[in-house]
Amino acid sequence: MKKEKIMETVFLLMACVSILAVVLICVFLFVNGVPAILKVGIGNFLGGKEWRPGNGIYGIFPMILGSVYITAGAVIIGVPIGILVSVFMSEYCPVWLYRFLKPAVELLAGIPSVVYGFFGVMVLVPWIRSIFHKGGESILTASILLGIMILPTIIGVSESALRAVPRNYYEGALALGATKERSIFSVMLPAAKSGISAGIILGIGRAIGETMAVVMVAGNQARVPDSILKGVRTMTTNIVIEMGYAQDLHRETLIATGVILFLFILIINLAFSLVKRKSEIQ
Amino acid sequence: MEESNRQTFSQKKESPHKNMFLQKLKSYLRHPSALIMFFLVAVSVVFTVCVLGFLIFHILANGIPYLTPELFSFQYTSENSSMFPAVINTFMIVGIALIVSVPLGICSAIYLVEYAKKGNRLVSVIRITAETLSGIPSIVYGLFGSLFFVAALHWDHSILAGAFTLSIMVLPTIMRTTEEALLAVPDSYREGSFGLGAGKLRTIFVVVLPSAVPGILAGVILAMGRMIGETAALIYTSSTVPEVAKNVFSSGRTLAIHMYLLSNEGLHTNQAYATAVVLLVVVIIMNWLSGIIAGKVAAK
Repeated sequence: MKKEKIMETVFLLMACVSILAVVLICVFLFVNGVPAILKVGIGNFLGGKEWRPGNGIYGIFPMILGSVYITAGAVIIGVPIGILVSVFMSEYCPVWLYRFLKPAVELLAGIPSVVYGFFGVMVLVPWIRSIFHKGGESILTASILLGIMILPTIIGVSESALRAVPRNYYEGALALGATKERSIFSVMLPAAKSGISAGIILGIGRAIGETMAVVMVAGNQARVPDSILKGVRTMTTNIVIEMGYAQDLHRETLIATGVILFLFILIINLAFSLVKRKSEIQ
Repeated sequence: MEESNRQTFSQKKESPHKNMFLQKLKSYLRHPSALIMFFLVAVSVVFTVCVLGFLIFHILANGIPYLTPELFSFQYTSENSSMFPAVINTFMIVGIALIVSVPLGICSAIYLVEYAKKGNRLVSVIRITAETLSGIPSIVYGLFGSLFFVAALHWDHSILAGAFTLSIMVLPTIMRTTEEALLAVPDSYREGSFGLGAGKLRTIFVVVLPSAVPGILAGVILAMGRMIGETAALIYTSSTVPEVAKNVFSSGRTLAIHMYLLSNEGLHTNQAYATAVVLLVVVIIMNWLSGIIAGKVAAK
């Protein structure tokens, strides 16, 4: 009996490791990053349009904007395609094709981001450059690449949301004389709305946190871009580019960039769990 | 049931497929908006499949010709840019990360599924933190790893620091898949075991866990695939030394980092393609294995 009790405690302690991990991550990021934000000044840090570590000017506004632009671009490209593919997979796909398509989508999720980035450098960048005669490494390129990378997330979550909609909704719509497409797009999709939104939020989280693929194709200039064919730097790439050689305050401001990114992610996570809970109640 | 009905129904007609096709076509012509939507759906699917196909084809076509023996020579030099040391380092890091994260993940899942009572406050906290962990970007893990394992614990840039960073990163994946596998074990197994007089612990280890092994394995393989492809979390923890790490406290680059640095230098594009082939093939095999094992579970 004693052994049972001991093992239960062991399991409990092991389960608490994930709590410990989150606490440690928060503590170490905030302790190392927040002082730098205070030293630079919250307004200067978040709103400063110039990032010149050599001159002691640390404004990450261009990076925040860069993350938002690229993520928005990825959503514009990835979400419609992702939802349409999930419609195909849950409503149209014959079984023999599903056996091929499902693993293909999972493989899309499994391909490492360096490989995506390399593909971007070798194929997308020259392609965009040859079309527009400039802007090979740009917001547009990064958005297209990230749009492809968030596809599997959106397809997976939307598909299960669509499958969770009771079948009689669809049959009811058909019985009322609606075409198959009308039944799907006017009845099934609205019914799966909150599940699909959860998928989109998850995709946004993936896009804003992506580092290696973006650093390879986005150009990485730390300035406020004035066109989608201009290069841009995101919060993630700011960290990965300069962390290797940064010292003192410069290094701390990079950690502070990580803190801001972490806060973004926490907000996105919160939104995700709220939307998910809503869809589960439904 | 439905399927067989449909079959007998269509057998009565003379040429069911042709008729159905004509009917569908007529209906689409009557509803152009439906046709447009169907067209968009089809285009999206074709686009997705083509992107995947083109990516794989492009990497394989450009990489396979450069998979030369010297790319696998034991010693890295700037001429041969051998990936062999990186492969060994990857094995070490993934191995250590699994040793840490698999027991942790499985034990957590056992607690959540077998012991925790419904509505327990602690359980909901564990679930929320696991969900938070799975949403954190890998670069933040990398930052944390370099602050905690590298700096605070004085492990320096090492295989060990990289492996521990990765083990936290994949913990939620292993927890979730194990939880699902445990939940899929029918309660009658547990009741049968209890009925035969086995204790809870014995029931878990002798009855429940063995029948959940395939599901857990599928999750572990998925996690391995993720670790093999990881770059951002490792570049400032296990760092970039291009040689076989002498022990767990020395630094060494993994395959993914090796590939990133090759393509970043811009001088070894062909070797980068070849490295990408290796990465891609490993990931495809991992996905395929995981899918087969998960498929077997579903078939049961």
